[in-house]
Amino acid sequence: MFVRIKHLIIKEFIQSFRDKRLLFIIFIAPIIQLVLFGFAITTDIKDVPTIIMDLDRTAESRSFISKIENGGNFRIDYYINDEKEIVSMLDSGKAELAVKIYPGFEKSLKKGNTAAIQVIIDGSNSNTAAMILNHMSQISANYSMSILIERIDHFEKLSGKKISRSLDFFSNEIRIWYNPSLKSRISNIPGVLAFILLVLTVILTSVSIVKERERGTIEQLIVSPLKPVELILGKTIPFAIIGFIDVLIVISLSFSLFKIPLNGNLPLLFFSMLLYLFNTLGVGLFISTVSKTQQQAMMTSFFFTMPAVMLSGFVFPIENMPKVIQYLTYINPVKYFLVIVNGIFLKGTGFSILWPNMLALGAIGFIILFISVIRFKKRLE
Amino acid sequence: MIEIKNLTKDFNSLKAIDNLSLKVPENEIFGLIGPDGSGKTTLMRMLAGIMNLTAGDILYKDKSIAKNTEEIKAFLGYMPQKFSLYGDLSVIENINFYADIYLVPKKERAETIKKLLSFSNLSDFKDRPADKLSGGMKQKLGLSCALIHKPRILLLDEPTNGVDPLSRREFWNILYDLKTQGVTILISTPYMDEAARCDGIALIDKGKLVFTGSPKKIREEYAGNVIEMITSDNILAFEAVSVLEGVSDASIVGEVLHINTAIDFPPETINNKLREISISIIDKKSIEPTIEDVYIYLTKERQKLPSEDHKK
Repeated sequence: MFVRIKHLIIKEFIQSFRDKRLLFIIFIAPIIQLVLFGFAITTDIKDVPTIIMDLDRTAESRSFISKIENGGNFRIDYYINDEKEIVSMLDSGKAELAVKIYPGFEKSLKKGNTAAIQVIIDGSNSNTAAMILNHMSQISANYSMSILIERIDHFEKLSGKKISRSLDFFSNEIRIWYNPSLKSRISNIPGVLAFILLVLTVILTSVSIVKERERGTIEQLIVSPLKPVELILGKTIPFAIIGFIDVLIVISLSFSLFKIPLNGNLPLLFFSMLLYLFNTLGVGLFISTVSKTQQQAMMTSFFFTMPAVMLSGFVFPIENMPKVIQYLTYINPVKYFLVIVNGIFLKGTGFSILWPNMLALGAIGFIILFISVIRFKKRLE
Repeated sequence: MIEIKNLTKDFNSLKAIDNLSLKVPENEIFGLIGPDGSGKTTLMRMLAGIMNLTAGDILYKDKSIAKNTEEIKAFLGYMPQKFSLYGDLSVIENINFYADIYLVPKKERAETIKKLLSFSNLSDFKDRPADKLSGGMKQKLGLSCALIHKPRILLLDEPTNGVDPLSRREFWNILYDLKTQGVTILISTPYMDEAARCDGIALIDKGKLVFTGSPKKIREEYAGNVIEMITSDNILAFEAVSVLEGVSDASIVGEVLHINTAIDFPPETINNKLREISISIIDKKSIEPTIEDVYIYLTKERQKLPSEDHKK
């Protein structure tokens, strides 16, 4: 039995390596995807184009503006005097943030009163808007704090008394774990891993089987003493191996290019991958039983992989989805795998914590594979 | 010996094979002949064990294919109508792959492959991708792949369809060779000249057996006469003759006019008719019916018959 499977696998590899297009999909596409998600697709904000309308024009207002500029999140592109320009620039998208400082800014602060500023944010992209808001609030808060300290210093000098400097009534020591600088590329890597494996194995499996049926070579295989199980294994194992190779490429690249180390246990990651591959190869097998041509197989594969990625929590948080959809995600293998890879890759967590996800992944995989194998065998007859 | 017993295959409401019984003697080249859609390919696929039977049975040396599929497959070679090779694999890689799948021992393999390559004249092309071969070479490679495990029974489904005449002759020489080695060959073909080369033939129409026997015997089935003649104007003569009462079929084959008549048809009628429209007869002779004549005759006869369901 294993001899035949071995030869089927060798044949599959010879064919895959002879097909330049396939070779590109197998080895170059994952690298491109990793680099894209790592470098280009970022949800961090940097150099947001900003308008400043300073109606005060004092040392105080300029010092506030410099605080905005120095953080690196905002890039001041325009200084304007006319209110109308704010509207036109936000409308045209030339700027995403406008900060307006009213006259009497410095005077109010000197007197010990509250000085008003206005911040206008382009909310058409809610994610970026929320980030801008966060950063701006922080800048204002820090600035207020420094003014308060100045005032206390002033008061001490006048009164000659010491006052406690502890302004924080409770201390809020925030530590962000696993991705301390909140770089989106770090949280993207597990997603890329899940995504590449999914797309690659589903498409390659379904297309390679449909190709044999399209050409008619599958008939020769059925006529031979080859058993259906051998055929199934011979058509799935090659792509599982390719999947493992791709994962090794992604892991080593994410370390060398992005300095993202694998914190957890590699064998555990591979074991989870195996469970995940039961799912994706099963789906590929299933698609091959419902597709007549390679194009159909390709389209059907996308029809599955797209929603699977969308509903995995990779793109949108599952907690934000409507309840019905949330229930739907319980049968999505990608969701469980994402949690596992996140855990192993970034947190270094182990089996004791991740086992419920692995169990779910394995169970769903087993069901999918079982149904697909039955359907596949039926179609052969 | 292959024995087909009361075989029936239904595709939904369509009866592809209808209560067909047939015996194929051992070590013969046996031809399955029938028009397109007569059920030849369906029959072949069931013989190869890759299609379920609706009713009836197929026995290989008294062993039912339904129960002993794996055992029978081991000594069966099957070449489907569209023999498909892996186009991106070379000739030798294709052969090796099938050798691997059939678990041909490494020791015998080298010699078998050498023999197959030399008799199929593919030795010089062994590193060429299968997609880059000509039609005839592809068929020979297909045959080589089907022969790699030295099957004792070979099922060939229209193997020479679309192959040039020279390659066809080569292909048949290979089949004769195989026969001398003791292989039983069941071949389906739409070509009548190939039917004449077979030891035995079976004529199939609409899933039913019309005739089985030797090519010689099938000619005796023909109730009628065949006349071949050359006239001063074959086209006009054809038009005049084909409408005559008692002429079942007429056709122009190259230089000659080929006429099939009923058994009681007086041959002078043709002479009289042609004289009327002043066409002179250059040559005229009665010939033995060809298999094609019988084939057309028998299938036409069947069309005239009320269908058997009505009789019941």
